[in-house]
Amino acid sequence: MTLPSQNVIAEPQQLVKMTYREGMRQAIREAMLRDERCFLMGADVGRYGGCFAVSKGLFDEFGPEKIRDMPLSESAIAGIGIGASMNGMRPIVEIMTVNFSLLALDQILNTAGTLLHMSGGLFNVPVVIRMATGSGRQLGAQHAHSLEGWYAHIPGIKVLAPGTVEDMRGMLWPALEDPDPVLIFEQQVMYNMTEMVSATPVPVDIDHAKVRRPGKDVTLITYGSCLPKSMTAAETLAQEEIDTEVIDLRTLRPLDNDTIFASVAKTHRVLIVEEGWRSGSLAAEISARIMENLFYELDRPVDRLCASEVPMPYSKHMEEAAVPQPETIAAAVRKLVL
Amino acid sequence: MTEFKMPSLGADMDAGTLVEWKVKSGDPVKRGDIIAAVETAKGVIEIECFENGILDEIFYQPGQEVPVGNVLATISSEAEFRQKASAQKAAEPVKVPEAVVVEPAKPAAQVVQEAMKAAIAQPAVSGDRIRISPLARRIAEDLGVDLTTVHGTGPGGAIQKSDIEGAAQAKPVLAPEPVRVPEPVSARPPEVPPQAPPVEKVAPLPVEASTEPVPEVKKPTDFQSAMRAAIAAAMSKSNREIPHYYMETNIDMTKALAWLEEENLKRPIRERLLPVVVLLKAVAKSLTEVPELNGFWIDGQHQVSEAINIGFAINLRQGGLITPAIHDTDMKTLDELRDAMNDLITRTRSNKLRSSELTDSTIVVTSLGDRGVEKVFGVIYPPQVALVGLGKITEQPWAENGTLSVRKVMTATLAGDHRATDGHKGGLFLEALNRNLQEVEKL
Amino acid sequence: MSTKTVTKEKKDKVSPEQREHYHHLLHQMILIRRYEEKAAELYQASKIRGFLHLYIGEEAIATGVMQALTPEDSVVATYREHGHALARGVSADVIMAEMYGKVTGCARGRGGSMHLFDKEHRFFGGNAIVCSHLPLAVGIALADKMQNKPNVTVCFLGEGAVAEGEFHESLNLGALWQTPTLFVVENNLYCMGTALRYHSSNPNLTEKAASYNVKAVQIDGNDVLAVEQAAHEACDYLRSGKGPYFIEAITYRFRPHSMFDAELYREKAEVEEHKKRDPIILFTNYLKENNLIEDGEIQAIEADVAAVVQHSVDFAENSPWEEVEDLTRFVYTERSLS
Repeated sequence: MTLPSQNVIAEPQQLVKMTYREGMRQAIREAMLRDERCFLMGADVGRYGGCFAVSKGLFDEFGPEKIRDMPLSESAIAGIGIGASMNGMRPIVEIMTVNFSLLALDQILNTAGTLLHMSGGLFNVPVVIRMATGSGRQLGAQHAHSLEGWYAHIPGIKVLAPGTVEDMRGMLWPALEDPDPVLIFEQQVMYNMTEMVSATPVPVDIDHAKVRRPGKDVTLITYGSCLPKSMTAAETLAQEEIDTEVIDLRTLRPLDNDTIFASVAKTHRVLIVEEGWRSGSLAAEISARIMENLFYELDRPVDRLCASEVPMPYSKHMEEAAVPQPETIAAAVRKLVL
Repeated sequence: MTEFKMPSLGADMDAGTLVEWKVKSGDPVKRGDIIAAVETAKGVIEIECFENGILDEIFYQPGQEVPVGNVLATISSEAEFRQKASAQKAAEPVKVPEAVVVEPAKPAAQVVQEAMKAAIAQPAVSGDRIRISPLARRIAEDLGVDLTTVHGTGPGGAIQKSDIEGAAQAKPVLAPEPVRVPEPVSARPPEVPPQAPPVEKVAPLPVEASTEPVPEVKKPTDFQSAMRAAIAAAMSKSNREIPHYYMETNIDMTKALAWLEEENLKRPIRERLLPVVVLLKAVAKSLTEVPELNGFWIDGQHQVSEAINIGFAINLRQGGLITPAIHDTDMKTLDELRDAMNDLITRTRSNKLRSSELTDSTIVVTSLGDRGVEKVFGVIYPPQVALVGLGKITEQPWAENGTLSVRKVMTATLAGDHRATDGHKGGLFLEALNRNLQEVEKL
Repeated sequence: MSTKTVTKEKKDKVSPEQREHYHHLLHQMILIRRYEEKAAELYQASKIRGFLHLYIGEEAIATGVMQALTPEDSVVATYREHGHALARGVSADVIMAEMYGKVTGCARGRGGSMHLFDKEHRFFGGNAIVCSHLPLAVGIALADKMQNKPNVTVCFLGEGAVAEGEFHESLNLGALWQTPTLFVVENNLYCMGTALRYHSSNPNLTEKAASYNVKAVQIDGNDVLAVEQAAHEACDYLRSGKGPYFIEAITYRFRPHSMFDAELYREKAEVEEHKKRDPIILFTNYLKENNLIEDGEIQAIEADVAAVVQHSVDFAENSPWEEVEDLTRFVYTERSLS
């Protein structure tokens, strides 16, 4: 199993309309068809069709051996996936939400994150663990947080955050190819979002951030559900002749310093937008790296727009107020350039 | 037992005031330890010790002014110290000698000290920092924009990039620092830039980064006149005693700059090299080939220094000039040299220079290229025997092998002490410098 | 205790092969014993650091269980695993070097006493988060099952682990999916310093396992022949595809929990009482009573073991340290798996 080379996928692609949810469903299907070592495991992934309906229909297509329903045992779900991956399989582990994943944190950190190093390079853990993250569906304080920044703290694992349908569709493939544990954080608010994407799978470059919108006045660094919001904000700002460069991190660990630094060296002003809590956030890490490496390129202090430091509230207006929105993002950019 | 004496920290220093002892009698000391602080005309300077042993008898207390060369304390071996301590039990306690108060030779010397204390110890005269973005500060330094004249439009009146660019267009550069241009030996008359040359981002020297901006200082202060007086004394001595000879050569810098550009592409931003690093290294390497220029003329004797400690002329924004030494410049890699310069600049800024750095330079390099100066004919800092001047790198027509092309060219000059060396040596040096700058990859 | 004690049965006729096999068992147990006695000495001499958990008194279990395994089977162990690694065939040299922290150690000195790994012998650690290795073992077994391989995965655990959620998650899932996992509980009566009766509402562990529809037996863990026999029965059962198997081996730890343990929770007299049932003494006596070994043969075993132990110490002493430059290696894989 190898990724197709550039020339194989260079043929003109037929574009189809696809949702973010469908993007992952197709990615899982394609993985199963491509590699018999792949299987999906998790609570309610089979007969129920997935907590967020991502795997709907796959049980009928692939059967209970390949689409494995599991009890509510997050630690065992993650740990068995890790064990299976160490013995020749390529499991795709689904954990319903990032809040639930804390019950599996021991396995993700203490086992997946450490085994290769602790065994002196002997044992790989090529597992892929997917989970939903983020706010926007009024799911309250135990289903809607954004803790991917915590996971990005852990050496030994890779953390992906698709912010487009194209990435949702194309990240699983390289993630399964990766010999190390990969976590994919899916934005629950984006499952219904549609985009035109290639009808055939195109693997995504998970080693690099992507400039989603070039600009010269200010660099806006973001990922996940804050990406579409940031793009909206950038369009608004363009009408005010503020030219915003939007960087989609795509991979939260390891961070792509080069893309970030190149942009900051060009614009000299930075806003980092994310749904994680501000204190000790991923945004704080990125800010520190910019300060350490590009201090003399900065024309303003690095600014961050993060979630309010509260557990996620239920009511809609309060939930919206707790996280960045296109209007607050645009306002923060204006403050940086005016 | 050895004597720890009030060091001479400069040609113009007669005495220093002991500010504090950092160790007490009986403490172990080792080579390189900072053991005292002394107030001089150039501010408070930490004094290092060059012996290993025990600090034994202390002869002066803080507040006392001590002539250069007087014994401040003795350093004994452990055995000596113990032996003396037991002997002293029987004997009388050692008397602290009376303070030797040096009468100031001239009232001006007092003025110098007062002014230095006020100015160097507290570099920011107004007491307020200027609010400015790091980028704007860097650009201002590159363009030579005086921050005190810039109006900030950022948050809280912070100066940002656009403010500097606006100011640079209105009033491009500061007047060059007052460098005395003596009669050149070369046939061409010295070129002192009569007007502000066009601003170009050529080889920004970190020199300018070294000083805090001083807002609203228009008239010369006491400090400025004091510093001027100090420089005047040294330079007058030089001009009075040293028979200077001068020579210059044009060096094609095209290859060196191209190499540097390529090298820097491979490096993270913070590890990039400025042209000045390469230039200093090339000078040092050339001095290994012509060592006679690196040394001193003392008591009618030419002394060649084994160590190559290039004194790098740093202009203080509040006026005046300091030439701290980069120890063993020739032994350092380019990266080490860059780090050493950054360190030196940081400490110049915070007034934390070590005494050895102020006194140990064996030759001075002065580079005024970023000020638009094409040639620098310097005055040798006694008792040194040479000074290297580096000018601005400009594009110039260049004839070679019968064809004409445009090259990036820098004029390098040498001021030599004719008592110590002749023009032949100077010529060899400039030739070596040229050759080394054509082979920068070997530096 | 309802355990079966094989060594009480009289042996009349024994083949030379069987006799030799008995000597091998004794050799294994004595090797573990002397090796760990040396480790304790080296620990006090500061040659070995970190936590050091000794298996002294429990040697019959690892020795007996390993007799039933093929080279393709997998072993997942706890942090008290020197004995298991030795009995599985991992070289005494590389284990000692690992405890010294030398680069020649089985995990390049990255693991230490608690994290021994060996890929060739399918020895999956050395796991020091109590019970986190149970999901791992179920996952490894699941992978074998999904790949139609006739292998079993043995998972050693202490009785303290049964209080962890992952114990229940793993037994439930192993039974649900009929994974070929052999859980071997080494019940040494103390979870660190807390006796089973103080931490388990039902101290009958086989009942707990049986409640998940896992075949469960209790045996005398100090009787190497009883352990071996139980392990063979278990492996036959597992290889026939009937699902997980649970052995509770009753034993006793003669040494403190780790090197830094004042043993306030048990009386010296109790320890002395248990030492009468030292597995090595029991088995030696059995062999002697049945004329299956002579004193000279025992001395030869001791001499051989002493040489192996000394060789391992010399090997570790003379081995180099890993270069500090290699610190950040093996956080992510340096080679491609596919």
